[in-house]
Amino acid sequence: MTWTAVDIALMLGKIVALYAIILTFAAYLVLAERRILAWMQDRIGPNRVGPFGLMQPLADVIKMLTKEDMIPKAADRLLFSLAPAMAAIPAILTFSVVPLGAPLHLFGREVTLQITDLDVGVLFFLALSAIAVYGIALGGWASNSKYALLGSIRGLSQLISYELSMGLSLVPVVMLAKSFRLSDIVNAQADMPFIVYQPLAFVIFLVSIFAECRRIPFDLPEAEGELVAGFHSEYSGMRFGLFFVGEYINIIALSALASLFFLGGWRGPFLPPIIWFFLKVFVIAFLFIWVRGTLPRLRYDQLMHLGWKILTPLALLNILATGWWLALR
Amino acid sequence: MEATLFYILALVTLVGTGFAITARQAVRAIVYLVNSFFALALIFYLLGAPLVAAFEVIIYAGAIMVLFLFVIMMLDLGHPERMKSPRLVDWIPALVLVLVTAASVAVLAMEHHAQPLAAFSGISVRQFSQALFTRYGVAVELVSLQLLFALVGAIYLGRRR
Repeated sequence: MTWTAVDIALMLGKIVALYAIILTFAAYLVLAERRILAWMQDRIGPNRVGPFGLMQPLADVIKMLTKEDMIPKAADRLLFSLAPAMAAIPAILTFSVVPLGAPLHLFGREVTLQITDLDVGVLFFLALSAIAVYGIALGGWASNSKYALLGSIRGLSQLISYELSMGLSLVPVVMLAKSFRLSDIVNAQADMPFIVYQPLAFVIFLVSIFAECRRIPFDLPEAEGELVAGFHSEYSGMRFGLFFVGEYINIIALSALASLFFLGGWRGPFLPPIIWFFLKVFVIAFLFIWVRGTLPRLRYDQLMHLGWKILTPLALLNILATGWWLALR
Repeated sequence: MEATLFYILALVTLVGTGFAITARQAVRAIVYLVNSFFALALIFYLLGAPLVAAFEVIIYAGAIMVLFLFVIMMLDLGHPERMKSPRLVDWIPALVLVLVTAASVAVLAMEHHAQPLAAFSGISVRQFSQALFTRYGVAVELVSLQLLFALVGAIYLGRRR
């Protein structure tokens, strides 16, 4: 394929637009979480900056940027400063294969609302979520602090365990869609979203992405009651901000993928596709916040037990059942 | 375009691996090695094998190196080795290896005559999987049996007595 100037301009435009969308969404997800949690806990939440506290994310960014940026004396300086980026970049990169809406037809050319439609889209996502471990592991290790190290060891083992059940829960989706391409997976759900055929896989995937995001009830790597702040105890200023924003970008990315794999992505009646897509993403993101406001933290052995002895065997059984169903249909 | 990318990636792979060998801290060595795995994955992608590229990252960078990192962090082996620079005698095996490799590359390069390749635009996931599970099906089964043996062995060794 030869690239014309229009193609390159379109691609750059898409990348810039996507960045703007992700960062805005992430910033307001933080605010939404604080407001919704406050509402659930019968508080008011941040409402001072701008109408309904809508300028709060901006105030937070200014606070983060103007804070003192500290690096502990005994830290590994290179890895310490690289780790926040290692945590945030895989989450941002995941969006490059996410189709945000139906292809548009503009001036006689088809414009897909996705940066690249990789042949191995699902595997690309799994590879990135496998890589996301390094930010946590190296951040905690490079801090040279006991709490941080304990947090990152917990994080490592948790992420490795739940990646397995997450990957396995996606196998039936690929079996039904007969493709690793995300646009094919969305198109295969034209009649019926996969959640109808695969409710179990959806539940396993949902639990696994909660663990992958290290959110309550799986927030053991940063359990503040026992480990200060876990792997990012020693971080301050914008480096901490990057870990923090990275977590929210990750929530959006995984919500987007859950909606693509199981809820039909941008497909839906009446409303325009892109609205449907963001609606579904927001519903799953709201679920993240709701669960945070509801459930207590698991114990470490319960966490491992759930991952290895319940979710993984269930996911394997589900693959077997799907295979039988596809073969006997 | 592809050639330029290839040389950049090849350089990154080689430099990354070199740093991984010479790094004194085990954790840093892992980071360098993961870097070179990334570059290698991109080379596979350029060669038209997206599936191999994805597996390179998922399995090598995402699973094996993460387990290495886990063990190093668990056993607290992350401190730099206090080692004096190697003596001349220690260099001999490495030198022999370099000489053998260089000689074989030279011999191969002399006998090699460049031929125009048939047009190749990469392999789809479907083609790859069909070849893997039909033509190489027996090999796949044998390898998975071997992994199963290893798994059973590990469980036997790790069981509570």
